[in-house]
Order: sequence, then structure tokens, then C-alpha cells
Amino acid sequence: MNELLTLTNVSRHFGGLKVLQDVSLAVRQGTISGLIGPNGAGKTTVFNLITGLLPPTTGDIALDGATLLGRRPHEITRAGVARTFQNIRIFKEMTLLENVLVGMHRHLAYGVPGLMFALPSYRAAERRARDRARELLSWMKLDGKADDLADNLSYGAQRRLEIARALATEPRLLLLDEPVAGMNSTEKTELMREIVNIQGRGYTIFMIEHDMRFVMGLCEEISVLNFGKIIAHGDPGQIRSDPQVIEAYLGREDDEVSVTPEEVDE
Amino acid sequence: MLESLDTFWAIYSNLVLSLGTASLLALSIYLTLSCGMLAMANAAFMGIGAYTSSVLTMSHGWPFPAAIAAGMAAPAAVAFLIGKPTLRLSGVYLAMATLAFGEVVRLVVIRAEKITGGAGGLDGIPQLTQWWHVLLAVVVVLFVLARLRRSKIGRAFEAIKEDETAAGLMGIDVNGHKMLAFALGAAIAGLAGVLNAHLTNFIGPQEYGFDRGVEILTMTILGGINSLFGPVLGGIIVTLLPELLRSFKDYRAVANGLILVLIVLFLPKGLWNPAWMRRVLGLQRKGVTP
Repeated sequence: MNELLTLTNVSRHFGGLKVLQDVSLAVRQGTISGLIGPNGAGKTTVFNLITGLLPPTTGDIALDGATLLGRRPHEITRAGVARTFQNIRIFKEMTLLENVLVGMHRHLAYGVPGLMFALPSYRAAERRARDRARELLSWMKLDGKADDLADNLSYGAQRRLEIARALATEPRLLLLDEPVAGMNSTEKTELMREIVNIQGRGYTIFMIEHDMRFVMGLCEEISVLNFGKIIAHGDPGQIRSDPQVIEAYLGREDDEVSVTPEEVDE
Repeated sequence: MLESLDTFWAIYSNLVLSLGTASLLALSIYLTLSCGMLAMANAAFMGIGAYTSSVLTMSHGWPFPAAIAAGMAAPAAVAFLIGKPTLRLSGVYLAMATLAFGEVVRLVVIRAEKITGGAGGLDGIPQLTQWWHVLLAVVVVLFVLARLRRSKIGRAFEAIKEDETAAGLMGIDVNGHKMLAFALGAAIAGLAGVLNAHLTNFIGPQEYGFDRGVEILTMTILGGINSLFGPVLGGIIVTLLPELLRSFKDYRAVANGLILVLIVLFLPKGLWNPAWMRRVLGLQRKGVTP
């Protein structure tokens, strides 16, 4: 399978602080991959570099072989990368439906005359967008609340809305930054199923997650980041038994990684 | 009956028409506010529109429609030029930069005495503004803004207001939309300037200074930016208030400042707040889009 996203020797320094050093990794088309590591390892910085919020100090980031460097965030989204945020960033004053419609912005191809005079082209495009938005909300089991204000949603539902909104940009690669943070175990199980369904529809998913059961259960490939460096890469079995990973997470060699998520979270 | 209407119109026509131009000004700053930007250049844009059109009708004999078009295009073009470097500023820095720009415009008007009449102002502007010009302008502007609100552009504005970073990552060209809001707002302020100048037959640089800028902001903050009705309502109230309180006329600026403070403290969403009204009436919000 070909590589959709590649990071090649990517470094990012903040002044003298080397947040990322020589990070190389690849996400293969159609897979669910994960990026794990202790707090402060630089995981979210990796997402910020991919989505163009920060430029890397050195190295290259490419989507399907074409570099993303020097492109502005909205251009990278249009190239096919969408993301969610660790600290949820939905549009709280809008309804769920409007949130998802915002994601469809550039897929609404009508001009100024069309929108000024509500021409058929405009009405058809808006209707299609609404239908698609409701479909995406239904993927995330939110279609019943389409006209509610996003602010009134529970924490878990806000995270699911963020995923629906990201999918609305019609991405090829979906980046999820701690999708189950703050969710209870029922919500986690539900989201797991929904993410598998998303992958089944042909999307490639790359996630940051602390919840080991979630990551190990979903990801085919996992990279481990510690103090800005990739210390391990492999399938869940390899990661679970990697001595460096165990040490990074637990500080001791005689413990297992397959502990409960709560313990790892701490 | 008809006679008393005539008398009323003779006395109050200027006031009624200035309600229209005030509404236009409030709507012009509504545009940038709805995009999350506190840009304080609208008084200056009004001035640019007023001077551009007045010079064209007085000295160059331009027909009124052409002067209106020029009075809208000139501030929009200036907005485009100053927007490039300033719109990347956020919050209070944008307010400071745009206020400084307003001051520059005022000083340029005073210095360019040969064209603008300097500090003495321009006198004898032909009274070309008819009542229906003002009405038509308000209706057309309301129509355009209402259509924008119901489109992807309106949703993009609101997304940018709520979270610029998230909006960008939804594929929205944040800088492009901010520029659109800024330049379109400038054109509407310019339109208000043109109509106002050709109504009062005199304009001077002091009309487009800091006080006017605060007044425009007060209108829109007072009315609220949740709907298009809010700015219009605010514009009407702020214009009528000094007439109703004649004896306080000297304290107009003080009243504006006081209103601004009270609204920000007690009604941060303005007087016209559909969400709040629906909550009070027990109805559910249906959102901006149909």
C-alpha cells in the first residue's frame, strides 16, 4: 500500500527548545495509524506542523508525494487533510448542522450572482450540502440534534461533532487529536465502532491518543514519540513489548503496557 | 391630513433621512464585527466617500449615480490597501491601527486644502439626495447582507468570529474573507457618506473624526449583531436620542460613551437578541440558515 502522508527528518525548535528532532514517519493509505507518547512529547506539535499552523524548522512533510510546506492552513485542508483538536474547537454559537456546513465551504461552488438571487445553482448546492451534512452527523449518531446549538452538547458529543465537521471538508487524511479524552467507557466503545466505520468508507486516519486500549484496538501501526524523538514504530504487538516504550511510559522495565487506560492517563 | 404630513416632512425630512444614513453606517461596521474584527475606520471611509463624491459633483460635474459609485469604490479601494497589512492584527491592535488611519485621513483632508477646502470644509454641495435614494440604499444593503448571511460567506464570517484557527482548518481563506468584510463595509460607509454629503450641502473634516467613529460603533453594539435588524435599531436610537433630549445636545459624545459602557456591561449582545427573546418566549433557536 502506498504512503499517503510522509514526514521526513522533521524538526521543530522553539528558540533553544528542540520540541521535535528528526521525526520521520509514514501513514499508509487506508489505514488507521497512531502516534503515542507521554505528555509533552511533542505529539500535538506534529499535527500543527502537518496542518500548517506551524512551519517545521527543517525537514519535509508531504501528502501523496506533494510537499505541504509553505502552504497556508486552508490550502492544506483543501489538499485533503482535516483534523480535530485536543481542546475541542467547535463553533459553539452555531447549530450542529451549521458547524458541519462550515466544513463544506469550498465544496459549495456557487458564485456571487447565484447567492444574491437564490438562483437554482445556489439552492441545489445548499440543499446537497445540507443532505450531506445530515448524513455526516448520522455517521456520528448526531443527526437527531442537527438544529441544536453546539454549545449545549455533552463533551463526548462535541468531540463527535468535531469529527463530523472535519469529514465535511472531504479529506483524504483525518487527523484525530485525543478523540476519546474525557469520554466514559461506553462513549469510547461507540466511538471506536464509528471510527472503524469511517475507515471502512475509505478514509485514512492518523490519531494521537493516550488511551492504550483504544489505540491498541484500532491502529494497525503505531509510532511512539518521546522527548521529540521517534523511539519505536510497529504494530500494536511490537509496541507493547518494546522495552524503550515500556520505559518511556512507566519508567520501569518489569511492568506491562497493557494496563488500564486510567493508569496510563495519569 | 396631507397638509400636516407636508409640514412634518418639511421640518423633519433631514432627521428621517439621517436615520437612513445612520442605519447604513451601523450596517457597515456590523460587517467587520460579524467577522470578529474591531475595525474603527468606518468614519474615515464615510469621509472618503463624502469628499470623493462631493468633489466629483461640484468640480467635475459628474452625474449623481456615477458619483455614488465613485464614493463607494474609493473607500473600498483604500480599505483594500490598508487591509493588507492591518487585518492580520487582532483585537485591540486592529482597533488602534484603524483609529490611527482615521486620524491620517482627517489630517490629509485638512492639508489638501485646494481639493477639500481644508479645515473650513466644502460648502455648496448640490442637494441631490432624494428621500427614495436613501430608502433604496438601505433596502439594497439590507438585501445584500441578508443574502450573504444565508450563504457560505455568512457562515464563514461567523466561523472566523468564533475561532479563526478552526475556520482556517475548515478550508476557509480567513484573510480573504476578512478583506471582503472590511472592503464591503468601507463601500457601505462610503455610500452613507455620499448620501449624507448631498443632503446637508456642507461637509468638514471634523464630521469624520474619532467622535463619529465611536458613534457608529455605539449604534451597532447597542442594537446587537445577532441580526441585521440590530444595527438598524441601534442607528435609529442613537440618532433620535439627541433630538429627544434636546437640552443634553452638548453632551452627545458623553451619552454615546455612556450607552456603550452600559450595553457592554449589561447587554453584551445588544438590544436585539433573537436567541434571548426566543428563550424568554420558550421557543427553540432554528439557526441562521433556513
